[in-house]
Amino acid sequence: MSRYFRELSVVGALAVALIAMAVFAPAFFQPQPLLSLATREAPTLVVACGMALVIICRQIDISVGSMFSVVSVCTGILAARGWPLLLVLPIAAGLGAALGALNGALVAGLRLPSIVVTLATMVALRQGLNLVRQGEFVNMPDTVQWFGLPQATGQWVLVICALALLAALGLGLRHLAAGRFVYAVGTDAEAARLAGIRPQLVTFGVFVFIGALTGLAAMMNIVQSPQVQPLSGMGLELKVIAAVVVGGVAISGGRGNLWGAFAGLLLLACVAPALTHLRIEAYWEKAIQGAIILLAVVADGLRERRQA
Amino acid sequence: MTPPLLELRRLTKSFGGARALRGVDFDLKAGEVHALLGENGAGKSTLIKIVTGAHQPDGGTIMVGGELAEDLTPAAAQALGIACVYQQPALFPDLSVAENIALRLERGGVLRTVGWRARHGCARDLLQRIGAEIDPATEVRSLSMPEQQLVEIACALGSGARIVIMDEPTASLTHKEQHLLFTVVRELRKSGVGVIYISHRLEEIFALADRVTVLRDGESVGTHPVSSMNEAGLIRMMVGREVAQIYPPSESAPGEVVLALRDVGCAASGVRGVTLDVRAGEVVGLAGLVGAGRTELARVLFGLTPADSGEISLNGQRVTLRSPGEAVAQGIAYVPEDRRRHGVVLEMPIAHNMTMAVHGQLFRGAWLRFGAERSLTLDYIRDLAVKCSGPFAPGGSLSGGNQQKVSLARWLATKPKVLILDEPTQGVDVGAKSEIHKIVRRLAKEGLAVLLISSDLPEVIGMSDRIGVMRGGALTAVLPGGADAHAVMAAALGTTERGAA
Repeated sequence: MSRYFRELSVVGALAVALIAMAVFAPAFFQPQPLLSLATREAPTLVVACGMALVIICRQIDISVGSMFSVVSVCTGILAARGWPLLLVLPIAAGLGAALGALNGALVAGLRLPSIVVTLATMVALRQGLNLVRQGEFVNMPDTVQWFGLPQATGQWVLVICALALLAALGLGLRHLAAGRFVYAVGTDAEAARLAGIRPQLVTFGVFVFIGALTGLAAMMNIVQSPQVQPLSGMGLELKVIAAVVVGGVAISGGRGNLWGAFAGLLLLACVAPALTHLRIEAYWEKAIQGAIILLAVVADGLRERRQA
Repeated sequence: MTPPLLELRRLTKSFGGARALRGVDFDLKAGEVHALLGENGAGKSTLIKIVTGAHQPDGGTIMVGGELAEDLTPAAAQALGIACVYQQPALFPDLSVAENIALRLERGGVLRTVGWRARHGCARDLLQRIGAEIDPATEVRSLSMPEQQLVEIACALGSGARIVIMDEPTASLTHKEQHLLFTVVRELRKSGVGVIYISHRLEEIFALADRVTVLRDGESVGTHPVSSMNEAGLIRMMVGREVAQIYPPSESAPGEVVLALRDVGCAASGVRGVTLDVRAGEVVGLAGLVGAGRTELARVLFGLTPADSGEISLNGQRVTLRSPGEAVAQGIAYVPEDRRRHGVVLEMPIAHNMTMAVHGQLFRGAWLRFGAERSLTLDYIRDLAVKCSGPFAPGGSLSGGNQQKVSLARWLATKPKVLILDEPTQGVDVGAKSEIHKIVRRLAKEGLAVLLISSDLPEVIGMSDRIGVMRGGALTAVLPGGADAHAVMAAALGTTERGAA
């Protein structure tokens, strides 16, 4: 299947890495540290799904990190005041969707470039949060952490929720007409318009969607620790964009899928623990992740040049 | 005797299988305005691009000032004193006039020092020489289109151009601006520059040119002094040929009026007061020159640039078409021109391309059913004889004619009442062309109302039951199918001597 060659090559790289770990550092496969790793990355995965949609639609959203922080702090305060989590959950998604709608309205409505719009909202949200909260942490009651469940159970719940979301979104992107529209608009917005699709509406939609997903991810964040840090989402945007790009989603739009983005995220997330087990200095983490991203981009570039 | 400024001998050029130039001879003397005339696609642009070095000819020779110019590149052409003023000036809008002129004219390395005073002085001199009152410090963005053209001409002069090519310079000018431009052209001629002047407006050619060369199907039909020609003669030279290709005969008797336009206009796109009926089973051709408003009319009917005046009715019911979605819902389908850009999404599989406009109908509840998609695609692949490796081959893997069929299938799948085809056979090889003609005939026979936009004169005449001719955004004539090519051309050019033959 040459059609999914790009995705399969990421899965292959991941498999090679895991096999290497099995040979050289079998301690890597202890279940508890792996579960903790998966739990930490679960919110990232949810945001990465949204980012994949946005990039397939030939847009980008670099404000997700700031949105994540804002929603984390706001919902953290509500939860700390004793609001039931089942009520806080839709509020988190709704707040995220509203912030996403702001981005979407500016990009789709006023046809501004998304990189500039989301840069502005990224800075504004981050600074606004700092101004209001002065860097203060939100202390969470025990009933909120891990939903009040035992830690391991709570971790499993989060990981399974993230995977279920991935599966639902992955299927939807492939099997819903709306998913097809995202690809069509990302490949050629004018052609999509001539085919009766409304590109601006689709673009607005993906921004609302990534906002809502970021809200959910923030919710998955606040149940993980006894305190919510206002800086919790710092650098999240770079992490998810990297995962999505490594996973074969073309930054020029119209190509890629969520399974690839998932594989890309796993590959990048495994670097740090793998280094620990191989007793390599942690300073290498960013360098290796950077090399992986570079490799993916170069591979995409070569592939496109061959096709042209 | 001095050699001519420019002499082209037996120039040939092909693009893929299409022969754009088949041995063209042309010469330009110093101090003359030589008009170049021809239908759309006659080879004018190709000729110009070869002279400016943008394209390399396949065969033939180019002599500039009596010397053979081989392997002409844009830079070499410039050095030989060849300059081109395009219809849409290619200036940098955010730089000043002086900076734009300097970018073209100043030589030197990247680290040279810039003498701003000299730069402005030079720009002012050049602008004065052509009688333009433009301050060199003005930003180009704030200049009008003709003023920008004057800047282009100043650049040409400044580069010491002896040969100035003007490609439809008056297309977007008002009458007054046109006069200013004519004065400049006459000044150029007086100073010994040779001007190649391309225009569709015959009256301009009579007003300005000394000689005229007519191109037809990539060949030069003849060069004559303008004083010895009249409009009828020029049109005869442009059209010249008989309808050589065989078109499938019209088999359908037109039925009820499906699409009725009453005084339809759209100020934004320049469509003015179009009144036209299209009946079921009828193919109505739309002829006209590039920019006559045919595509613009199609875009109005498809809701891309909604009409702001007049009435559009479908099957007797008045409709408003404000978006493509509404147009599709009303049963209008539009196969756009330039399919490589917007007709077929080249990266997407054929199946996705074909179902792109019918998601609502094919997939109830928005859940894609790949089985239904596949069978619909296979049906159309068989029905329209699309040559492909399978329903999931990418659109870009198909030939032009087969891409056009995929684009057509997308719209047939919407089960339209009105099918608008915009240049359906442009860049398509002869075999696929006649296949598309047969499909169009068959669709009309099945009761579709077809609006066929084509710049291919024999095609419009051969395929249409009636021919609407557009000029300047208005429908200027409706002629019967099989009408005389001269009559169509005369209506498209807007001459008074209609029916020249």
